[in-house]
Amino acid sequence: MAPAPAPASTPDPAATRAATPAPAPAFDYAPAPESRAVVDIAPSYGLFIDGEFTEAADGKVFKTVSPSTEEVLSEVAEAGEADVDRAVKAARRAFEKWSALPGAERAKYLFRIARIIQERSRELAVLETLDNGKPIRETRDADLPLVAAHFFYYAGWADKLDHAGYGPDPRPLGVAGQVIPWNFPLLMLAWKIAPALATGNTVVLKPAETTPLSALFFADICRRAGLPKGVVNIVTGDGRAGAALTAHPDVNKVAFTGSTAVGKQIARTVAGTRKKLTLELGGKGANIVFDDAPIDQAVEGIVNGIFFNQGQVCCAGSRLLVQESVHDELLDSLKRRLTTLRLGDPLDKNTDIGAINSAEQLARITALADQGEAEGAERWSPVCELPENGYWFAPTLFTNVTQAHTIARDEIFGPVLSVLTFRTPDEAVAKANNTPYGLSAGIWTEKGSRILAVANKLRAGVIWSNTFNKFDPTSPFGGYKESGFGREGGRHGLEAYLDV
Amino acid sequence: MSDARLSVLKTYKLYVGGKFPRSESGRVYEVTDSKQNWLANAPLSSRKDARDAVVAARKAFGGWSGATAYNRGQVLYRIAEMLEGRRDQYLAEVADAEGLSKAKAAAQVDAAIDRWVWYAGWTDKIAQVVGGGNPVAGPFFNLSSPEPTGVVAVLAPQKSSFLGLVSVVAPVVATGNTAVVIASERSPLPALSLGEVLATSDLPGGVVNILSGRTAEIAAPLAAHQDVNAIDLAGADEALAKELEIAAADNLKRVLRPQPVDEADWSATPGTERMTAFLETKTVWHPTGALGASGSSY
Repeated sequence: MAPAPAPASTPDPAATRAATPAPAPAFDYAPAPESRAVVDIAPSYGLFIDGEFTEAADGKVFKTVSPSTEEVLSEVAEAGEADVDRAVKAARRAFEKWSALPGAERAKYLFRIARIIQERSRELAVLETLDNGKPIRETRDADLPLVAAHFFYYAGWADKLDHAGYGPDPRPLGVAGQVIPWNFPLLMLAWKIAPALATGNTVVLKPAETTPLSALFFADICRRAGLPKGVVNIVTGDGRAGAALTAHPDVNKVAFTGSTAVGKQIARTVAGTRKKLTLELGGKGANIVFDDAPIDQAVEGIVNGIFFNQGQVCCAGSRLLVQESVHDELLDSLKRRLTTLRLGDPLDKNTDIGAINSAEQLARITALADQGEAEGAERWSPVCELPENGYWFAPTLFTNVTQAHTIARDEIFGPVLSVLTFRTPDEAVAKANNTPYGLSAGIWTEKGSRILAVANKLRAGVIWSNTFNKFDPTSPFGGYKESGFGREGGRHGLEAYLDV
Repeated sequence: MSDARLSVLKTYKLYVGGKFPRSESGRVYEVTDSKQNWLANAPLSSRKDARDAVVAARKAFGGWSGATAYNRGQVLYRIAEMLEGRRDQYLAEVADAEGLSKAKAAAQVDAAIDRWVWYAGWTDKIAQVVGGGNPVAGPFFNLSSPEPTGVVAVLAPQKSSFLGLVSVVAPVVATGNTAVVIASERSPLPALSLGEVLATSDLPGGVVNILSGRTAEIAAPLAAHQDVNAIDLAGADEALAKELEIAAADNLKRVLRPQPVDEADWSATPGTERMTAFLETKTVWHPTGALGASGSSY
């Protein structure tokens, strides 16, 4: 076979477009910002304890900023140990009555909450975009509909627990201490609070330090829904408040979503106690593309897998495993697609890539990407102008990545894709499983039996075949190995909050 | 008695990877009955024995977890058959080990045999009970299935040397996990003899590995082992359980804490909890396409 001509001698513009700046489009998008007027952010917020907003005992506060502009959005009370203790006591007091309530009555509170979330969904979407930095397209079309659906789903379980497969009349655990991350603030809150309340527990929830606002708006929704005092308590603060909550002796259940390192620390903290623990931690998901995959669909899936929410997703498809024979074709298509992504104002309805959540996270992504380059992987980004203020990182992919590279092993939690290759399905499975994590994986092929065979061998809790990053309240979510244990969502998600 | 003939004593050995090795350390310890009469010398397993057992269990995991559920059921039932044939031997060993009357020891052994039968029937039903399709709001097929966690370290109960042992081992392997089992420290002989039955029941070597010795000494390297996925602390006291749970956090092992039942009665019919404790849920999505989306009906 004659060797293929070198790219340099190819006049085909399609082949060169990927490597050179995209020509200026004939037409540009007009700005299409979603209005900020739908949300009214107060200059300061307190902790939500026993149905009231209160200051921290020591009066401490911290600022929360909009990651896309660094504008200070509000000042929020910083909970200390005394505040956490007060919240746990309030939850304990509320537990007796709440757990004794007929399931059908608990259900109605949750249905009310679901409805109010639906009614206020645009306001909450804008708020979430402001506080988190993710595009309004995502908060409006993914986060908020899923939040409402999650409450709706678990509302229906509250009076049907006898049928859930955990024996007759399964009992709640008591007070649940819940700590959630900043990547899906309100959705992670829904994943934690909805099943906890449906099963008759009361909760103390600590939102992430950089995204406290939507949880505080949720507190207001609880009041509007008439939820009894103390059933839901929100304590804002940093890791110290989270540590105080998980270590509190009167907490019966600890649920944490976040980094694997912190998850391990929490597992050590609850060792030797009777506290029930569920952990949803990091991942390094493999997205496997076979040579018979529909390339265009696979490209969309890859983009969704690693650039959804700027890649700040625990189940992101951050390792692309491509069969060698389609590597070049796929990479060309992928690069071409990346040049069309729009990065910028998260409130603009045409924005695909928003801001990184914090300066700290941006520094971590930057350091890991630099390390990838230093270790010899080949870095590529589309031409992409980054706004002056705020925290931004251009979509980035690395080729010539080996399994030994840090960027193939460590969770980056950012818009950075590592591309590896394989020749046989066995090799793909071996590489996909070659990680301490086991949260998600993707398979792209037209061959049904191959999907089932590969899905069967992958050691991961969620497998997306010919799709990626799909979520649903009925579908259990959670990891194998060091991605944590326990499931959220579905009938399975009830177990985490029942004494079984 | 006309016992002119001297009986042949058994050398009790470990069961690892389908073979019966002595402890690599060459150590043994004296096992006595409840009245302190010497019964046998049992291997005093070392950390190295524990690590060797993990290697054997890992090696066996692919085949055993990949076997059909029906096949695993057949093998577990075969274990019950083999035990039934050696009932008298276990009866004597359990009576000695736990200081029980013949009748009480018989009840323990019979219950243990029946427990294998109970779990044999579970192998091809648990997936239907704890898995299933999920009605997601979109055009997707979505199925959740249980899968075995992997290599499970099992600290067998200290008092119930046989029924307790079987009650914690059978649920682990029924679902496709492989096990490294630490026998009751004081009464390891029924456990070590169980290896002889497992070896002749079509159970692939390495699926169950049985160690005897000091529970704390063997459990520590297992709890910290990076290639062990889960640990059942049934045979640990409070202080040891806490220590092991802390070590197990290092690679986020699934931990089954000691249950109140441990020191009590193992005769009650179990629930599914000892199986589900060592199962992962895998959820697979696939688009369903959109036939009929244009409004036609079939």
